[in-house]
Amino acid sequence: MEKPLTEYITPGSPPLSLNEYRKAGGYKGVDKALKTMAPAEVTEMIKTSNLMGRGGAGFLTGLKWSFVPMDEKDKPKYLICNADEMEPGTFKDRYLLEGNPHQLIAGMIVAAYAIQAETAYIFLRWAYKKAEKTIQKAISEAYKAGYLGKNILNTGFNLDIHLHTSAGRYICGEESALTNSLEGKRAIPRAKPPFPAISGLFGRPTVVNNVETLSWIAHITNKGTEWFKNLSISGTGGTKLYGVSGRVKNPGLWELPLGTTIREILDVHAGGMAEGYKFRGLLPGGASTDFLIEDHLDVQMDFKTVAAVGSRMGTGTMIILDDKTCPVAFVRNLENFFALESCGWCTPCREGLPWIEKILGAIEEGRGKMEYLDTLKFQTKYLAPGHTFCAHAPGAAEPLQSGLKYFYDDFVRHINEHKCPWR
Amino acid sequence: MLTEEELNEIREEVKMYPIPSAACISALKIVQEHRKWVSDDAIKDIAEELGMSNEEVDGVATFYSRIYRKPVGDNVILICDGISCMIMGYESIYEQVKEKLGIGFGETTADNRFTLLPISCLGDCDHAPSMMVNNDHYNELTKEKVMDILSKYK
Repeated sequence: MEKPLTEYITPGSPPLSLNEYRKAGGYKGVDKALKTMAPAEVTEMIKTSNLMGRGGAGFLTGLKWSFVPMDEKDKPKYLICNADEMEPGTFKDRYLLEGNPHQLIAGMIVAAYAIQAETAYIFLRWAYKKAEKTIQKAISEAYKAGYLGKNILNTGFNLDIHLHTSAGRYICGEESALTNSLEGKRAIPRAKPPFPAISGLFGRPTVVNNVETLSWIAHITNKGTEWFKNLSISGTGGTKLYGVSGRVKNPGLWELPLGTTIREILDVHAGGMAEGYKFRGLLPGGASTDFLIEDHLDVQMDFKTVAAVGSRMGTGTMIILDDKTCPVAFVRNLENFFALESCGWCTPCREGLPWIEKILGAIEEGRGKMEYLDTLKFQTKYLAPGHTFCAHAPGAAEPLQSGLKYFYDDFVRHINEHKCPWR
Repeated sequence: MLTEEELNEIREEVKMYPIPSAACISALKIVQEHRKWVSDDAIKDIAEELGMSNEEVDGVATFYSRIYRKPVGDNVILICDGISCMIMGYESIYEQVKEKLGIGFGETTADNRFTLLPISCLGDCDHAPSMMVNNDHYNELTKEKVMDILSKYK
């Protein structure tokens, strides 16, 4: 089984240097794209590969690039790598950034070439101190080797990559909020349209892609679209970094074919539940995804298949709810996070999330009433897509609405017993 | 007044962007790196350097959770209260630190040695519970381990 993204990552060891990664064939995709392909051909290739965005939304990467205007007058343009990983329960981009920064840089060079951007930024979460060092080192090696700077590989293409480290706030992961943050402003999402491809960073055409997405690009230009498609089980294309955290025997992260079942990830790779704990449910891809339960264990972890059972694959890093963790406390923890991290721009999110958090607190502490459950339900409707500028509030509604659906009896028990049965 | 060192570092950051105000967050971080927190005077100085209004810079400073607008202790402890750390028992780590240092979240010890703050998910979920002290990461915390770690910070 091929594991292209993690093949050269050895946890605990420093990442490969540029020369080592180049010897391993890591920069071949850059040479091939810049020397033998036109920018439009690269975009077309990524489109054909069906690479879907690995940040959580699953949007087609090549399609996103194809919206960028390609006339000379459209310059300057920007490429941004979204490395602001902060989705609770998610730890996949960190692994790639610390483990193989050259893979990302190679991908960024090709992506920037495809959209003809001459400046790129890596927007890195402040807390990823180790990644900050590995990326900085990799960027300076790339400049020295002529992969960054002016006239890269004598092709006439210029590219600068800058590393920006953030100052906190989950909302920076939303691409238009991230763009504002890079401009030195408060990270408030922007109204769309215009979309970033037309007017993004500093009002210029901009593409924002996730770390895992960009890490694929030079592999695809090197090995082709058929190779990429054949890596997945489900036919979507590629492998995926899947992770599991919570009370399992072996929490961790694995690169597996896209479309691997939840059961295989949970039982084979994570080793099943830890001694003394029973499985109750899981969030398939971070805090902003709907709960799934035992009935869904044979579902394939892919964008369409997880959506078909009412959730989202999201970041692909699962959080497991066990029988010794209170589901109300679990959901309250998430809603507390979402309430704190709301940027405050739109009312349902700014006012609704703290309200939800207060109600959940009351229920968990045994002060709940049955009518509170109806309030929670109508809140999830106001937080749904279409009521807010960005996906923050709809994301917050996902674990709440599905928590109420699958663990309704546990909510009721708190109310009837006037206490948390888990405390 | 910004020091020569701070100004040099800020001007280096400004080079990364087409407009100086884009370096605002970096400037705030630079000042904080040197002084532990960002005072009203520092806000004014940054605003002047980057051609922004004081209010604009303060608006940015108060938005971001890792910019401190109040003094903090010599060391900042950030305990992850994310969902994976909750499942794996961050609360007992918090209780332990609280008991030993005599401070809760948002507080600083009387000797100014530590400030204690919660932090959302540190991306260490498969090794939860986790925390940071200043720029250092720690994971797979136990009650014993956390006290050993804190004893390293003076």
